[in-house]
Amino acid sequence: MLKCRTVWKKLAPLARASSTVCRQNVRRAGLTNGRIPIRVPTAHMSTGPAGGGGDNLKYALLVGLAGIGGLTYAVKTLRGDQKRYEERIAEIESRPHKATKGPVTDVQTAAPAVPEPELEAAPSPEEPSPPAENAAPDAEAVAHDAEAAPSSKTTEPPPADEPVVEASPEEAAAPAAVPVVEEELPPPTEPSPAELSEPEPAPTLVEESVTLTEPAAAAEPPATAPPEPQSEVVAESVDSTPASAKVPSHAPYLLIGGGTASFAAARSIRARDPGAKVLIVTDEPDLPYMRPPLSKELWFSDDPSVTETLRFKQWNGKERSIYFQPPSFYIKPEDFDSAENGGVAVLTCRKVVHMDVRGNKVKLDDNIEISYDKCLVATGGIPRNLQVIERAGEEVKKRTTLFRKIEDFKSLEKVSRNINSITIIGGGFLGSELACALGRRSTESGLEVIQMFPEKGNMGKVLPEYLSNWTTEKVKREGVKVITESLVKSVTYKDDKLEIHLKDGRLVKTDHIVAAVGLEPNIDLAKSAGLEVDSDFGGYRVNAELQARSNIWVAGDAACFYDIRLGRRRVEHHDHAVVSGRLAGENMTGANKPYWHQSMFWSDLGPDVGYEAIGIVDSSLPTVGVFAKATAKDTPKAATEQSGTGIRSESETEDTATSPVASATPPPVVEHKDDYGKGVIFYLRDKVVVGIILWNVFNRMPIARKIIKDGEEHADLNEVAKLFNIHED
Amino acid sequence: MSSVREEGKDTIIFVTKEDHETPSSAELVDEDPNDPYEERGLILPSGEINWNCPCLGGMASGPCGTEFKDAFSCFHYSKEEVKGSDCLEQFRTMQECLQRYPELYPQEEETSSSQTSQDFASAEPSGLNSTAASEQDPDTTLPSTESSAES
Repeated sequence: MLKCRTVWKKLAPLARASSTVCRQNVRRAGLTNGRIPIRVPTAHMSTGPAGGGGDNLKYALLVGLAGIGGLTYAVKTLRGDQKRYEERIAEIESRPHKATKGPVTDVQTAAPAVPEPELEAAPSPEEPSPPAENAAPDAEAVAHDAEAAPSSKTTEPPPADEPVVEASPEEAAAPAAVPVVEEELPPPTEPSPAELSEPEPAPTLVEESVTLTEPAAAAEPPATAPPEPQSEVVAESVDSTPASAKVPSHAPYLLIGGGTASFAAARSIRARDPGAKVLIVTDEPDLPYMRPPLSKELWFSDDPSVTETLRFKQWNGKERSIYFQPPSFYIKPEDFDSAENGGVAVLTCRKVVHMDVRGNKVKLDDNIEISYDKCLVATGGIPRNLQVIERAGEEVKKRTTLFRKIEDFKSLEKVSRNINSITIIGGGFLGSELACALGRRSTESGLEVIQMFPEKGNMGKVLPEYLSNWTTEKVKREGVKVITESLVKSVTYKDDKLEIHLKDGRLVKTDHIVAAVGLEPNIDLAKSAGLEVDSDFGGYRVNAELQARSNIWVAGDAACFYDIRLGRRRVEHHDHAVVSGRLAGENMTGANKPYWHQSMFWSDLGPDVGYEAIGIVDSSLPTVGVFAKATAKDTPKAATEQSGTGIRSESETEDTATSPVASATPPPVVEHKDDYGKGVIFYLRDKVVVGIILWNVFNRMPIARKIIKDGEEHADLNEVAKLFNIHED
Repeated sequence: MSSVREEGKDTIIFVTKEDHETPSSAELVDEDPNDPYEERGLILPSGEINWNCPCLGGMASGPCGTEFKDAFSCFHYSKEEVKGSDCLEQFRTMQECLQRYPELYPQEEETSSSQTSQDFASAEPSGLNSTAASEQDPDTTLPSTESSAES
């Protein structure tokens, strides 16, 4: 409007001037013809009555016509813009009431198979401009095509990969379109609708491109058609409406977070409530997937395209994807409301930023609101970083990985191929597993793998000291340089290397750092939702039924819950996410069951060390370990061969080498005192067993679970250990 | 003979096979079959089907969940001599649905519902019995082991 006004202001004097001139000339012409008896001004242009009159007439006509022509054009353009503007406003106003179907499906995002140009041309109609700017949109469309071409080439789109690739060209495109629009605005186009349109297509296009998981047909309206200003505006406004039209405004079951707990809850809800409609909102671009293979099996895969397929082959040859279900399992968000038998829909790349508990609704980062009947908060956590690295500057931070998601796995996998030395800071589950996985690669690639941590040995906070030391030796044998009792003082970047200065004066030079120093539970919603946060364990505080407040449950890494048997805890393991997610789902459908089925966890550190554990496994507790000597049959490898199942994958050569030797000898015990081959370790609290580790002993978890559930005081734990038959396979 | 060693607060016992041959004197609490909190197997104590059983994988929750539930319920409550012979219609409907999602329900030679979803549906890592790598346990083995272990 401002521009319009200024232009009008400029035009008006012109118009006035031209009309004045026109009038004057007409008068003069009239005068010379002797029609109008007005006093002639003395400053007279014409030379003589007759010839001057004729000239004057021509001149007057010319100027008059030009003036009228100019005026007409100006008025027409202004009116046209007025009309466009009004249309636009009407469009915006009608948007909230717009039914989703017809126009929306047309403008859905392209699956990679569908020609990219149609999608890419969408940014270009942001310029509701006259024909002159035709060149620009075409040029842009071409540019986008070029960008989009590589992404459209990947024929097998794992949802993980495509959206990330798509999102970046889209984001690049949208801001690119903005400056172009700004420059080419001389004619009075409506700035406000343009401004309104710019931010909208940007996020919506990103979102649209990201929901590639739903392979929708993209019948983009012919955006590359000659820019009839109105149609472009209409097309553009329709482009932006899918954002709100696509997202359901109400979800009977709303699950915040798209990880393991959320998926388990979704499955549980669907099983118990027939026809349930479950909406998962996740800020990741991926569908729900499982994390353990990211630090184990995926690294052992022989497939060079594993970072794309994210499939891993198990020892028994069976292959599976880390995704819980393929995309066809889920329904599309836009079909959510109409799905007859309900289903699970996933909204990716959306973050819930605000929760209104009284109003039973949440707000996403693009200001869209979704109301719910029952809500699950399964937001998990984000990896912690070391303070010294946070303060160390960009060059150091650029070379540091905080490992948790698929994208972290992909980038670390790539990085590890191109560097000489990598250091893992942290000696817990993740750190040790990654160290072993990378250590194994070191034998092939010559990569130096270093692991450093403050404890005395790997898993120092979990395993009793003697076992932690034994484990550390095993990790070293996997090709890892383990530096124990090391605290990082500072990290600097020098001569293209990272220098890690330890508090005791040692210096470690490396190319890349992986920080595996814990998880910070994500409690961003606590404030707006008014949810209690636990100060001891972190996370949202919930009761034994995993409920935080009416209609709100919390499960997974973020839940600090009351375990009837073991007390208040927060557990960051995969199986706990499954168990708690499933329980939350049951309770959301009216079950009212407390946390009772004890979850377990497991870890493999190379081919010789594998264990399953349950309950509270804290090395500060007194322990009783009962061991037998391990035969070659008692390794994770053997366990998987036997049961025909398995995550643990080993090489063929290892198998054939060890088995003939070991099976011959019976297991002597006394002389191999320090060989903790297999056994059971009990963790005690006030003489009651609260935790159990099954050390290289598999398929006995139910017995362990039973012992913890009983919560009895046992006088002789050796007798309890007998229940496990550790000498058998 | 077993050897016992103390290392600070930790006790380490080494045992031979013979040491562990005598039956255990440890007492376990009797299980309550009606414990409402317990995780159940496929069939609940009331006789109903536990649709949330991990052994079913994603069958009851996926796009063909309704059809699956209809067919399986019919089969479960069928009193015919050939169990399920009165449920052909439901099974046919279910089969049609399964065929619409070949990616989810890979159609191998088996016609039984639980086996067609091996790769994906059996992905439920259930933290129940068996190895930690329980993801890959075929559906057919889980129901029996689970119900016996959990009771």
